[in-house]
Amino acid sequence: MKKRVGVLALQGAFREHRQVLEQLGCDVVEIRKVSDLEGIHGLIIPGGESTTIGKLLNIDGMGEEIKELAAKDLPIFGTCAGMILLSKTIIDSDQYRLNLMDTIVERNAFGRQVASFETDLMVSAMGPNPLRAVFIRAPFIREVAPNVGILAEYDGKIVFARQGNLLASAFHPELTPDQRVHQYFLDMIDEYWAH
Amino acid sequence: MTDIGSLKVKTGLAEMLKGGVIMDVTTPEQAIIAEEAGACAVMALERVPSDIRAEGGVARMADPTIIKSIMDVVSIPVMAKARIGHFVEAQILEALGADYIDESEVLTPADDAYHINKHDFKVPFVCGCRNLGEALRRIGEGAAMIRTKGEPGTGNVVEAVRHMRTVMSDIRALTVMPKEELMSAAKNMGAPYELVAYVAEHGKLPVVNFAAGGIATPADAALMMQLGVDGIFVGSGIFKSGDPKARAKAIVLATTHYKDAKLLAEISADLGQPMSGIEISTLAESQRMQERGW
Repeated sequence: MKKRVGVLALQGAFREHRQVLEQLGCDVVEIRKVSDLEGIHGLIIPGGESTTIGKLLNIDGMGEEIKELAAKDLPIFGTCAGMILLSKTIIDSDQYRLNLMDTIVERNAFGRQVASFETDLMVSAMGPNPLRAVFIRAPFIREVAPNVGILAEYDGKIVFARQGNLLASAFHPELTPDQRVHQYFLDMIDEYWAH
Repeated sequence: MTDIGSLKVKTGLAEMLKGGVIMDVTTPEQAIIAEEAGACAVMALERVPSDIRAEGGVARMADPTIIKSIMDVVSIPVMAKARIGHFVEAQILEALGADYIDESEVLTPADDAYHINKHDFKVPFVCGCRNLGEALRRIGEGAAMIRTKGEPGTGNVVEAVRHMRTVMSDIRALTVMPKEELMSAAKNMGAPYELVAYVAEHGKLPVVNFAAGGIATPADAALMMQLGVDGIFVGSGIFKSGDPKARAKAIVLATTHYKDAKLLAEISADLGQPMSGIEISTLAESQRMQERGW
């Protein structure tokens, strides 16, 4: 099956996700309006500004439509701003969110841009070699409910997690040549559509 | 190995701003309006470009109190401007925790021959350009993001259009150039050879490129997006208009949906007075900010 993967293209680094997915053999749809969601096998919510993307999601009912897809267990992967938007709780913020993952997220949790960094991250689900992970004004997950699996921590902070068919990373796998994280998400899509 | 402030995280923040609007603000109240409207970042300033133009005198980095008070009230990135070549203003902005520094021709240049060595900093820089050579010189000095210069504070988009078209046509010319001609091209445009070779191979700049200078309406923003920029700076265009809230929101929407003419028609309606503009030919050469930069 040729996978048809949507990348939310309201604002942010959607082009980089598109490139990785195309290299991995997917058809990619840039999602700007509700009708673009039709027929996708999975959805990526990219990095960007979570307040900006949230406002744009909340204008024409796109957010509600994505929630309905999530209720049917459609695989959704959020990176950075995407992770914030997936979370049910965002510390000190009442901004719009999709309210899907049982996580408590803290925004800009490592500090302002001058504290942004890249590092080697061990993710056992990705094999023995570390991932080069890029953190930009990144959030982390302060707490997860028992139904959320922790895939990676950095400095004792949760930066990669999965809850059913929802996947969230605080870092940006689309900015490095390593495709293992995207492949992991595509495997989730395969599993889902095999049933 | 952990690397703070690497080129990857500097250019990476600009990647995250793509498809968004960065708005000039001079007070915390304006910053909140910008964030509420969906701005992906704000530029903290003492005066917007049209006021700098009107009032004259030397325009400098904003008072740190203004920048801090704006950083306190918004969660989106806060940028600030330093004068061309004024590396101490840049050091101060970095120490304040500004998320991006605009080494900007809107302020009065502090050095009439050299720009800041931006590799020295952990905070990323954005710089203006009128053509590819200027863009690549700034990237060679360490800029992690580029924008057109346009003609700031005029509400007239013609110069931004000219600069964007020039950059794009310079890029296209390189992509069809035989390799042996690239060194001469680098010499002629005054740009580092390695960056010229990169552009020739990839057909694009190595960093994100935004539009700035004269954008006043949603249609202006969509025009620049259709010409191929990655996002939009709006300076005087919002808070010098009749209804800043509505206009800010509309420009954000137009930047996302820049190809959807039907939607643009709805977005453009009932926004009140745009800022009054200035015809470029009425500006004396000495009043043209775009000539600043070397």
